[in-house]
Amino acid sequence: MIKVEQLTRTFGDFKAVDSISFEVGAGEIFAFLGPNGAGKSTTIRMLTTLLAPTAGRIEVDGLDPARQAHEVRRRFGIVFQDPSLDQELSAWENLDLHGVLYGVPRRTRHERGEALLQAFDLWERRNDAVKTFSGGMRRRLEIARGLLHTPKILFLDEPTLGLDPQSRNQLWAHVQKLNATEGVTVFLTTHYMDEADRVARRIAIIDHGRIVATGTPQQLKEQTGKDSLEGAYLALTGTAIREETPDAAARMRMAAQMWGRGRR
Amino acid sequence: MQAIYILWLRELKRYTRSRVQIIASLGQPVLYLLALGFGLGPVFRASGNGSYLQFMAPGVIAMTVLFSAMFSGIALLWDRQFGFLKETLVAPVPRLHVMLGRTCGTATVAMLQGMLVAVVCVVAGFRPASLALVPAALAFLALTAVVFAGAGTAIGSSLKDMQGFQMVMNFLVLPLFFLSGALYPLDHLPAALAAFTRIDPLTYGVDGLRGMLTGRAHFAAVVDAAVLAGVAAVLAVLGAWRFSKIEV
Repeated sequence: MIKVEQLTRTFGDFKAVDSISFEVGAGEIFAFLGPNGAGKSTTIRMLTTLLAPTAGRIEVDGLDPARQAHEVRRRFGIVFQDPSLDQELSAWENLDLHGVLYGVPRRTRHERGEALLQAFDLWERRNDAVKTFSGGMRRRLEIARGLLHTPKILFLDEPTLGLDPQSRNQLWAHVQKLNATEGVTVFLTTHYMDEADRVARRIAIIDHGRIVATGTPQQLKEQTGKDSLEGAYLALTGTAIREETPDAAARMRMAAQMWGRGRR
Repeated sequence: MQAIYILWLRELKRYTRSRVQIIASLGQPVLYLLALGFGLGPVFRASGNGSYLQFMAPGVIAMTVLFSAMFSGIALLWDRQFGFLKETLVAPVPRLHVMLGRTCGTATVAMLQGMLVAVVCVVAGFRPASLALVPAALAFLALTAVVFAGAGTAIGSSLKDMQGFQMVMNFLVLPLFFLSGALYPLDHLPAALAAFTRIDPLTYGVDGLRGMLTGRAHFAAVVDAAVLAGVAAVLAVLGAWRFSKIEV
């Protein structure tokens, strides 16, 4: 479903992504793990048509995101790291707007919208403004919205950041159910190793722009001789904390948290 | 096309639902109207210029349109990181359509806000010279709204973080307002100030509006309309170009 070969992206002298290759099979749940600044977001932006690669090849369902952007966009749903719902609109209006943007016919929009809201336990609250929703509900709504146009791939960029364990569990249960019933391929990133261990069938670990290991959670543990994925992850990426100069988006994120206007 | 419509509708829904914001945004125009309108009224009349309220009301209406349009343009910066805009930028919809839907919505909201302030002006004692020219006044209001919605989009797309916001406010929006002739007549100005007023697009919006509402204008209505339409076209292209360069 996703095929990446020798993918490279540089910003000036800095190699954010350095000649990485991996494949994600159809219907797979694939976790992309790595420390902050390792190149996860840059890779997702290239896979989702938002950034052109410097070199290398990407295939998303057989298409090239750089040249066939519109076709590729129809094929995936995405939940961004930062919230992207309209808080003033109701849950239903957010879904409906998404359906119109993706050219989903009205009838399908209504039927699938209802089915998804039911599946994500949001149907009763469909007419309430999103600003009255909890963090977990908003995340669920974003995932439901991402699935409305029946995408083949769902990208989840740190979807559980800041959620309590109950909401996290519930969210992954929903994602696993949708993966099983609809066969949607899931490409996720997270900093919670227990989640990746539990949810993902295969994992790639990226550090300093290069992929340092790929395999099932079990294989990664065996490879490093650790009994937890967290242990394996730390063995592969080291324990040093990454110093990152915040970019404009990160600065805004900090301001948002300070003013209490963030997701939580 | 459906995308443009639904994004336009979204801006309208957001506006009509934010009652508190609507009331709050009336505060500044009302203050100008009452404090300056009545405060400077006697001096203005004594100098033989007639009613100051009558003179400044079109200026305050135009100011409302300027602030409303520029603010929502700048809010684009926030919206693309913590809002719905990001969702529209990965949708299979041409960027130009997203920009058009949003900018038209912004312009419509700015116009509605201006009309609301016009009603407040009438309550305060403002009287249009001729009801027949009110539609023409609305046309000037619409042109002004499009000019600054385009400017707001261009600026909002170019800003990198919220610090730029204060700069735009102090070095662009406020000068646009104070140099526009919204608060004083354009006759007998010092040469430097006169030159500045002539390069300020809002001058032509205020003048056109004032001409239609009070019959007192500095430039010919055709000149006002032509300048506004020209600037609107340039800013729309600039806005579309800047918007197409947004990275998320």
